[in-house]
Amino acid sequence: MTQISMSTPTISRQGGVPGAAAGEFLTFTLGTEEYGVDILKVQEIRGYDAVTKIANAPEFIKGVVNLRGIIVPIVDMRIKFNLGDVEYNQFTVVIILNVAQRVVGMVVDSVSDVIMLSADKIKPAPDFAAQFDVGYLIGLGTVDDRMLILMDIERLMSGSEMGLTDSPSLH
Amino acid sequence: MTQFYQIFFEESSELLAEMENLLLKIDLAAPSKEELDAIFRVAHSIKGGSSTFGFSDMTEVTHILESLLDRVRKGELTLSAEMVDVFLQARDVLLGQLGGHKGDGRPDPAAAEAVCSALKRLASQEAGVVAAPAIKPESIMPPVAAVEQPLPAAGASSAPGGETYQLEFWLPETTTERSRDLLRANLVALGALDERASPPGGAVAGSYVWRLVCSAPETDIWEAMAFIVDTARLKIQAEAAAPGWGLFEEMYQALVPDSEVGASTPAAAASASLPASNVVSLEVPMRTGDLASGATPAPDAAGTKPALNHGRRESDRAAAADATSIRVGVEKVDQLINLAGELVITQAMLLQTASQLDPVLHEKLLNGLAQLDRNTRDLQESVMSIRMMPISFVFSRFPRVVRDLATKLNKAVELKTVGENTELDKGLIEKIADPLNHLVRNSIDHGIESPDKRRAAGKPEKGTITLRASHQGGNIVIEVADDGAGLNRERILAKARSRGMPVSDAMSDADVWMLIFEAGFSTAEVVTDVSGRGVGMDVVRRNIQALGGSVEIESTQGAGSRIMIRLPLTLAILDGLSVKVGDQLFIVPLNHIVESLQPAAQDIKSIRNQGTVVHVRGEYLPVVKLHEMFNIATQVHDMSRGIMVILEAEGAKKALFVDELVGQHQVVIKSLETNYRRVHGVSGATIMGDGRVALIIDAGLLVRNPKPELRLAA
Repeated sequence: MTQISMSTPTISRQGGVPGAAAGEFLTFTLGTEEYGVDILKVQEIRGYDAVTKIANAPEFIKGVVNLRGIIVPIVDMRIKFNLGDVEYNQFTVVIILNVAQRVVGMVVDSVSDVIMLSADKIKPAPDFAAQFDVGYLIGLGTVDDRMLILMDIERLMSGSEMGLTDSPSLH
Repeated sequence: MTQFYQIFFEESSELLAEMENLLLKIDLAAPSKEELDAIFRVAHSIKGGSSTFGFSDMTEVTHILESLLDRVRKGELTLSAEMVDVFLQARDVLLGQLGGHKGDGRPDPAAAEAVCSALKRLASQEAGVVAAPAIKPESIMPPVAAVEQPLPAAGASSAPGGETYQLEFWLPETTTERSRDLLRANLVALGALDERASPPGGAVAGSYVWRLVCSAPETDIWEAMAFIVDTARLKIQAEAAAPGWGLFEEMYQALVPDSEVGASTPAAAASASLPASNVVSLEVPMRTGDLASGATPAPDAAGTKPALNHGRRESDRAAAADATSIRVGVEKVDQLINLAGELVITQAMLLQTASQLDPVLHEKLLNGLAQLDRNTRDLQESVMSIRMMPISFVFSRFPRVVRDLATKLNKAVELKTVGENTELDKGLIEKIADPLNHLVRNSIDHGIESPDKRRAAGKPEKGTITLRASHQGGNIVIEVADDGAGLNRERILAKARSRGMPVSDAMSDADVWMLIFEAGFSTAEVVTDVSGRGVGMDVVRRNIQALGGSVEIESTQGAGSRIMIRLPLTLAILDGLSVKVGDQLFIVPLNHIVESLQPAAQDIKSIRNQGTVVHVRGEYLPVVKLHEMFNIATQVHDMSRGIMVILEAEGAKKALFVDELVGQHQVVIKSLETNYRRVHGVSGATIMGDGRVALIIDAGLLVRNPKPELRLAA
């Protein structure tokens, strides 16, 4: 642990959980980009079902589905990140995440692998400053020649940008 | 030990609530013995529990309280209004202390001290008046240590602590052997017992004279016996006062070694090993024993004193409830309800799938499914009923509220409650308490006039507030009615105008009354700490609406007003009409639907080419188009081709335009907010027979204000 925080100090500050940087990641693709999320946040992976639309929600919130009696919102990351062609077929995958005591479904193009990344394979995310918020990026991982964008999915999903939670100011 | 804290906390709060009830009900002129006994038992039980857990502050208060109560119930003191007030204060103090131990809130030591001294003062006030010939009123002396000191007259031996008491009492013939054993055990726990000094010849059947050597004060012996023998014929006397104590001591010494009861418990052995010095005789006169065996404490009570208290507490409760019950966590019940809900959904899915099968080929399967259908429904109903509680849980707090507030405002108010056994969901019970509290306080403050005014108006000086609960269809209706001054139409209108609200003299009474629910609206002439700040009524309405309910007011000037709260029976299940818009299914709560109809083209009119109204039975109702509101693509735009669902909420009506009606369902309400957030116009979601999610329309909100923008602008 100490090793991680010494070599990549930005990581432990950004990832809420200490040591979240190194570990197992579920990798998936969105368009041509490859992403990874902490495997411990993933509850299950399932196909895309008929969703019930929610009125006046942002476009990337597809609606809600019934997951064994629980109402779960479905977010399409391809729309959210403006990546690839958005189509829904029998290969479309929904990753059910367990973040911030909530259950959220995330539509992705495909799920690739579960990989182990040691701390030295993770580089801090470059600062894009004005272009977009990199706060929810843990870092960039390297597997062979591929680059993996590691997301702090908990932070992303509970952030106000996603509009998945009631913002406190409304109360 | 900590694992028992929770039980103690729960039991104590229940006991304190019971005590409050009893105190409020008690008739000062002729307090019944049962009631006084019950109040005493509460204080006693809490004292026992708190000392077990080492909550010495509570023990101290209850001890003094108990001592005073004891004398009252023995008829040594006369119950006065002042006493009841102090008792109630003591109850509040105890509740505060209990909260302090629980970890919420901080008890006020000054209040505890004030109550203690008030209790002591009450005890000492009349101590001189009451002569105590037979029973020494030792019970009023709060410090136990003082009682424990040997009586000076009995100082034959130098050893402190051991005293001999003569216990004279009577047991009815119906007394079971178990009760007798228990009595023995209770006494043995205190000291060495000698049963053989039995009644001299010619005594009434069933009377006993026992001797007990112990260091405990007389009150403790009394307590140990009081729950088994008839206290009216119980006499406890210190032997020292008796002329031939030396004889008894001799007798005692001869008897103790072979007394098997005495040796059977360590406590007894310990106290027996003390040099027994002052022998005291006990005399117990007895009367008819109305002791039911149900009042017998649990057998495990034989042992230490805390255990004894516990057993007693158990038996008290059993006597009160008369039925067995278990304490279960709410989460467990909720889980059960959820599972039952899931089962209903799964069963509905199966039924739907099976409906496509050939009924001849699959007769057995279909019969089985029909059976399953019935069983799941029954199961769901019984599971739902677990959460149902009588509304008396809420009503029971109001006698105190009314009493305190009426006293504070110098008004005479009587509270009547009707329909306390009406059951509703536990979740609702918890949430309705605050709104009701506001309404009752308001009625006392604004509604009920002062006694002078009431007399001038030819009304009885004592005002009446009625709390009434009843079932009406799928709703529960709770009513707060008073026979006070009623609402003043002119004053409300004037106030509304001064606040710049759009009002006119032509408004109907119902509309005028609803104005008092607006934020910041109060017509009270004087702002008091009770009411008049204008917060409250709007909060009341908001809370009730959040529960899916509505409020109505009826009022007649000079005769009183009536506020009716209408609530759904439960928060978990809803009767709904499913409607279709585009490819989406929505559930409209049935209790808001007046009717559904397909309008004729000539009944649909537009206003300024923007708003649409539909003409239904002489009324022009504004139309809310669901597809526009929820942005859904639909084929049905021609209003005469779709369906108008007429919704009503809070006396206002609107027509909801949908594509078609699908069917009527009982749906299990699921929260959208668990994993998502509040959605405007939607009160929740449910899962349909095919496993899809359908959103439940918030009909109340739709009628009030269908567009979120309007709300922000207002």
